[in-house]
Amino acid sequence: MYALYPVLWVITLALSPTGASEPRAIPLPHGMSDVSLENFRIVTGAGDPELRWLFARQVANSLIVSFATAATAVAIATPAAYALARFEFVGKRTGLRGMLLTQMFPGVASAVPLYLILDALRLLDTRLGLVLVYAATAVPFAVFQLRGAFMAIPVDLEEAAMVDGATRTQAFLKVALPAARPAISVTMLFAFMSAWNEFILAATLLGRESAFTLPVVLQSYVGEYNTQWGAFAAGAIIVSVPVMALFYVAQRQLLSGLTAGGVKG
Amino acid sequence: MRKLLALLVTLVVVALGCGEPPKGVTLWHPYRGGEEEALKLAVLRFEQERGVKVTSLFIPYEAYIAKLEAAIPRGNGPDVFLGPHNRIGEYVLHQLIGEAGDALPESELARYEPITVESITFRGKRWAVPLASKCVALYYNPRFYTAPPKTLEEIVAKKGQLGHGVFPLAYEAESEYFHASFLHAYGGKMFDPQVEGGFAMEGEAAEKSLLMAKELVGSGVVPEEASGDLVKQLFASGKAGAVMSGPWLAADLKDDLDYRVTPLPTIAGVGPMRPFLTVDGAFLTPEGAKSADARALARSFGSDASAFERATIGKQVVATRSYWALEDDGKPNRQLEILRAFHDAVPGAIPIPVSTAMNPVWDPVKNAIRKVIRGAATPRDALAEAKARYEDVMREPKAAESPAPLLVVVGLVLLAAAFGVVRRVRAPGFAREFRAGKPAYKYVLHAALVIFVLVVLPLVAGAITSFFAGPRDQARFVGLANYVEILTARGKPLLSNGSFYLTLLVTVVWTVLNVIGHVGIGLVLGIALARPMLKLRAAYRVLLILPWAVPSYVTALAWKGMFHRQFGAINAILVALGAEPISWFSKFSTAFAANVATNVWLGFPFMMVVVMGALTSISKDVLEAAEVDGATRWQTFRLVTLPLLKPTLLPAVVLGSVWTFNMFNVVYLVSGGQPDGTTDILVSEAYRWAFARNAQLGYAAAYAVIIFGVLALMSRTLGRIGGSEAKA
Repeated sequence: MYALYPVLWVITLALSPTGASEPRAIPLPHGMSDVSLENFRIVTGAGDPELRWLFARQVANSLIVSFATAATAVAIATPAAYALARFEFVGKRTGLRGMLLTQMFPGVASAVPLYLILDALRLLDTRLGLVLVYAATAVPFAVFQLRGAFMAIPVDLEEAAMVDGATRTQAFLKVALPAARPAISVTMLFAFMSAWNEFILAATLLGRESAFTLPVVLQSYVGEYNTQWGAFAAGAIIVSVPVMALFYVAQRQLLSGLTAGGVKG
Repeated sequence: MRKLLALLVTLVVVALGCGEPPKGVTLWHPYRGGEEEALKLAVLRFEQERGVKVTSLFIPYEAYIAKLEAAIPRGNGPDVFLGPHNRIGEYVLHQLIGEAGDALPESELARYEPITVESITFRGKRWAVPLASKCVALYYNPRFYTAPPKTLEEIVAKKGQLGHGVFPLAYEAESEYFHASFLHAYGGKMFDPQVEGGFAMEGEAAEKSLLMAKELVGSGVVPEEASGDLVKQLFASGKAGAVMSGPWLAADLKDDLDYRVTPLPTIAGVGPMRPFLTVDGAFLTPEGAKSADARALARSFGSDASAFERATIGKQVVATRSYWALEDDGKPNRQLEILRAFHDAVPGAIPIPVSTAMNPVWDPVKNAIRKVIRGAATPRDALAEAKARYEDVMREPKAAESPAPLLVVVGLVLLAAAFGVVRRVRAPGFAREFRAGKPAYKYVLHAALVIFVLVVLPLVAGAITSFFAGPRDQARFVGLANYVEILTARGKPLLSNGSFYLTLLVTVVWTVLNVIGHVGIGLVLGIALARPMLKLRAAYRVLLILPWAVPSYVTALAWKGMFHRQFGAINAILVALGAEPISWFSKFSTAFAANVATNVWLGFPFMMVVVMGALTSISKDVLEAAEVDGATRWQTFRLVTLPLLKPTLLPAVVLGSVWTFNMFNVVYLVSGGQPDGTTDILVSEAYRWAFARNAQLGYAAAYAVIIFGVLALMSRTLGRIGGSEAKA
């Protein structure tokens, strides 16, 4: 009940034809007359081929940007996390601490500096630039998460492989990486989520409506004076469906380790 | 030969001309729906008539200012942008706009409503082409009011006569924007550039207006804690006889609802209620002001044809007078009637002051209104406090200081760091260690690079602004003055309301409670749902991440609605159980509890997923072994599962605490700092300085640096307590 009540409310709001929240304790529609898909039509631009095409492109943008972020963040973070878990090297402690520190600085005003940096790199107004920014912000958490996972994997496996003649890189790619797969999928999910829901940077760094991601579209129902809550709720549901689907797929990954009986040392 | 040269030159010139595509005009706007449709028509016509390409871009309202401020100074901005007039002061200060020039020539001023021209005039110059005005008027339901209510007393007299649960009037009583209509009726002002300091909401008029609001809410004429959404809902469902709202409400009401619109009523013996007026204008950026095409585009928006489209399709109360002079075709046209009613309300309205000093007035006034309505203070005390707060915010930043002391400090720190590095490098065994670590560097190099450029650099850039004060472009170096101000609680008692130390305390309690909630629920659910792969559990898991999957902006609103005094689900349950309903946002403890409940709800799925991921690395054999050895479930959990989860869970907990410490959204959306800013946490305080208090970015940055320092200190101490494993 605790978990679902507010969500139920959002669904009712999305289905309500007036787009107004009923002041009621139980947020269920009064009957079929109270249910309408109008809000979903507004959001998806149904009826207007041009708008529908735009919406489809924006969905595609969101998916591309979020998947690319997840892939980039994990690709950057995995080797670093592996090194931080397995090697001793100068600057390791400083690096770890520094990464934690970056998370502590509230980003009140980092949108404008980021804008300037991307402008200097000629990456402004491109999806690549946005993906890099998202991935960079997701990397510190990904590193911590993956480092924990690598540390939990018994080191014997890799040592055995190296005794058998594998190089360090091979041991990393062929032994450690597959063993860390569940953790990698969780981390990817996190990175995906951080990009999937971000709005201010996307709106600031992108300059074409056809390049916008879904949260920017969603935010467009919030005006200075009033907010189209019905459309916003409908959009929110559309936005959350892919996440749920992704999670449904990812949880198999997540739990495969368990059913397989874990890694035997 | 000469001919050849001439030909060559011509060719080059032509080639250059071809290479440079004709530069079009860029237009940014925050319009959606009908307003956007009408705008597109106007743009299309302009393109055809002038043969210039116009690129228009919609930008959501919330990102609008940030984007303008980032893009225009870099030359990436638009040529023309649309927006409300009351930001002109800010735009001028930050050099985001140029004069309207021949987009609004002297000879054409008479074509526009005088009040709109007055609104876009600032310091004797005209800055925009006025497009439309927005102000509130009275919507009424003819079922309850047979004639348009002319006085507030008529409305109040309807109390108890309209049927069960029907309010005679609904409006956002706690909003300073709506309250202004009452204030103006009594002859009061919120802001007056003539008054020293500018804060003008004081004296008899202001006090009387507050008492009136308190009376209306207290007697049940007007609902409590009304948000725009609630007002709309009450009116749409026939639970409010009349509501105060702007033209935007009409767009949301269904066609089969019978309603009329009329200017705001008069308070008998006092005067007519006068709402605040906002005028949308077409602004030229400094770049655009130089371009004849851009000026022509802005000018074209004021044309008769464009105004006609914006009125009929965009349903705007257009500023161009020709539309209002059009002959009525005699047919009943409700749309036109509503528009005309709003147009009739415009001359009585008062344009929102343009000065940047107006910006920090809103927040303290809102607090004063809330306090009086709640009965927590007399109008006089509440207003005195609001004024004191305003003056505190507006206090001139310290005079420019010589950067020498700071440079010395920074220099010393750098020197010490360099010394540390040198000592480390010269220490015996360093070279060996370094060489031994070499293979590791190729694994970490790219991560370090990316983080440095895209995470660290922007943060450092932000931190540097903390040594400056005043608005951007005129920022003055003040050294450590911002820090001194914050750490001395701006000269007030150290534990006074809104001081750094009290807010820090609230933030720490907030973080601890939330993290306990997140980890507790996350652990229980994660472990409970991790075991067998049942179909039902899979579905459960997916349902339980819903709070994380649905964008928090809308769920936070759902939670705020649940805590509503009159209509919230939680009070409904309390009443059903025979308890008294609670006014959640009027006391610190309950408002804080509401924030925590919301944030725990939003955050537990994250921990749950982390726990589920971490569980995969625990070998089943270990757990089975524990079972064989006769351990109880609790013992297994405490002695086997928990220690094994620690390495993966710990970073998530540490980072989770850091993120919660800086979780601004929930506080902002649910309690909004109520009551009286006491539930604000450090980071929302920083946001207020950056956005609601005259854009004092330096001060906000100093807050951010201090938050950073506090967290760094805390994580160090926690790391010591938690042993070496707890994050370096």
